[in-house]
Amino acid sequence: MSIYIKGGRLIDPAHKVDMTADLYVAEGKVVAIGENAKSFNAEQTIDAKGLIICPGFIDLSASIPEPGHETKGTVASETRAAAAAGVTSLCCPPNTTPAIDSPSVATLIQDLGRQNDFCHLYPIGAMTVGLQGAQLSEIYALKEVGCIAVSNMRRPYQSNAVLLHCLEYAATHDITVFFSSTDVTLEQSGCVHDGPYATRLGLGGIPETAETVALSRDLLLVEQSGVRAHFGQLSTARSVELIARAQDRGIPITADVAVQHLISTETCIHDFNALYHIQPPLRSEQDRRALLQGVKQGVISAICSYHQPHETAAKMAPFAATEPGISSIETLLPYGLELVRNNALELTELIERLTFGPAKAARIKGGALGIGDIADICIFDPDEYWLLNEKTIFSKGHNTPLLNTEIQGRVRYTMVAGRKVHQYTN
Amino acid sequence: MGPIAESPQIQLTDNGQLRHFLTIEGLPSSILCEILDTADSFISMEQQSVKKVPLLRGKTIVNLFFEPSTRTRTTFEIAAKRLSADVINLNISTSATTKGESLLDTLRNLEAMASDMFVVRHADSGAAHFIAEQVTPKIAIINAGDGRHAHPTQAMLDMLTIRRHKGEFEQLSVAIVGDILHSRVARSQIQALNTLGVPDIRVIAPNTLLPFDVESLGVKIYNRMIDGLADVDTVIMLRLQNERMQGALLPSQHEFYQLYGLTMDKLKYAKPDAIVMHPGPINRGVEIASDVADSNQSVILNQVGYGIAVRMAVMSMAMSGQTMQNQENSAGHNDEHLESPDSNGTARL
Repeated sequence: MSIYIKGGRLIDPAHKVDMTADLYVAEGKVVAIGENAKSFNAEQTIDAKGLIICPGFIDLSASIPEPGHETKGTVASETRAAAAAGVTSLCCPPNTTPAIDSPSVATLIQDLGRQNDFCHLYPIGAMTVGLQGAQLSEIYALKEVGCIAVSNMRRPYQSNAVLLHCLEYAATHDITVFFSSTDVTLEQSGCVHDGPYATRLGLGGIPETAETVALSRDLLLVEQSGVRAHFGQLSTARSVELIARAQDRGIPITADVAVQHLISTETCIHDFNALYHIQPPLRSEQDRRALLQGVKQGVISAICSYHQPHETAAKMAPFAATEPGISSIETLLPYGLELVRNNALELTELIERLTFGPAKAARIKGGALGIGDIADICIFDPDEYWLLNEKTIFSKGHNTPLLNTEIQGRVRYTMVAGRKVHQYTN
Repeated sequence: MGPIAESPQIQLTDNGQLRHFLTIEGLPSSILCEILDTADSFISMEQQSVKKVPLLRGKTIVNLFFEPSTRTRTTFEIAAKRLSADVINLNISTSATTKGESLLDTLRNLEAMASDMFVVRHADSGAAHFIAEQVTPKIAIINAGDGRHAHPTQAMLDMLTIRRHKGEFEQLSVAIVGDILHSRVARSQIQALNTLGVPDIRVIAPNTLLPFDVESLGVKIYNRMIDGLADVDTVIMLRLQNERMQGALLPSQHEFYQLYGLTMDKLKYAKPDAIVMHPGPINRGVEIASDVADSNQSVILNQVGYGIAVRMAVMSMAMSGQTMQNQENSAGHNDEHLESPDSNGTARL
């Protein structure tokens, strides 16, 4: 299929491109930009006037609950949601049931992904068997079948020695380790940021040290083992500082932040709204600003959706008894654009952190639209208002605080390897 | 740190009357005073030979206790019966894994039985808010304690105790001693004391039993009893749970008693006419010495009696607000569709 995308504003931060330009796509690749390709025989023309054309987004953390929790979401439903969100590469964490700790589970998920064919689906392998923190998984085999990294998520390790050995083994095979640094003993039974709102509402507080104590340890062991590491979903100002200091010392680490942590703070929980129950918790305004600053300065090179779809019942309980997580992949771009409208980020910075930044962090292809690059493309209208509701949402998880809200910024076309996987025309 | 966002006023009717009683926070002092005044009138009624009034005749109140309680449940039951309501007690133990769904299912079942009011106790903070949001708006919800969040009727009976023994709130110093971190009673007391204008509210505890930035609630922190008790008018002791000895919050009961137990020696630092309060049940020799608990400065048993009057006040006010709101709502909807008399509740008014 050859496609001629006409008259849009092309933003490709990887090539420092931001201009109005035509884009020619054929055989799954970008074949020409800007010039009038006379010989080009377009089977389809997309009028992108007034729209933004950029590389498809790369989401480093979006949960797909299949296998195991299909009532929350399936590969089919969540990759369809990804396509609607402009996400062309999706990395799914290993907390399925069973966990992605064996090549068979990783292969199953990828097969389901290929059958549905809405995006590139990259599983993240479980670093330890069952995420139990005791026995190293066959992580070389996981890498061989397509896992782009391994992670133990927010689960504890039996000992620091186990963690060190996992990192050494991962380093041996040049496997990236994704951390979500958490000290569960400091987390205790908390469910919200240990701040004035926790105090007022009598909800268990999670201190920032639950993240920073573990992060400090993880950084030291990463340095010792020489493994390639990525730190996901930072939530505190101190974490940004720790990552920046390690990067300054030349340790090859990257970091991401969940878009919700750039937008919201602990104030959102003031009336026990369980839709804002996430872990790590929404923290203080000071933390939010520091995270934004980290994104701006490049200490944090990726913004992820941290999508966690749930069935309705998972949120129908008193706050602490609800399951943490927000169905957020379809609000990734609208939230990001809100940061642009608030002058917190430049549009090109936002797109870089959604495309080339995560591509480098996870060492996956995509995230750029140069000639010859794979035609993973997102075309969106940054201004269009639309209503997110039960009819317009694609994810099976309706657990977003933005449900039944008018939001701004809508994906019009998503292409994966030159193939249209999502289209919205008004 | 951003400003503290206001809780939405789901507790009040469109006209500002009480319809649910979930937390002290956000309620104006006029409502708190109305509760105290109404409770006062019920106390004088207690002297009469017939203690019942027909305010809630024909109403069904369900005491929904997901957590064990003797004192609170009993006083709610007596209060409801003195208001001539029909009372059903349900003690529902919950298993941690299924509590979310079973709570909602339980509520749906009770809703179908045409109850008028739920009195709820639950181990999770925010449970009463959750229930108020999830059940039909026609049912009034009274929070009888939710997790660490709030225990507003306990706080109001404490306010009544203070007002009856100490007079005006604007002149008082009040110290709350013990496990503030895990205490819903303390949170509600602090909010009530602030709303009623008490200028000097103190909390006395080791740092392990204080929540993060507790000053943001409008209190001063004291780590030592003799500093915190100096010249106070009221000492409120909190119950210490045994499980606080785990996880290194406290070394031992013995050391806690040495440092924070209320003894006659320590009480001397308070004003000579200071009163001693405790939400009960007391642990003699753990947080309070026997001679203090039994002294004439102790008003602990008076508190229990006031508890009935306060709960009568809250239940009658909430039911009246709820009834008005329902009448208003159904009047507003009459044009659109006719409601059957048994579904809109008019038959029961």
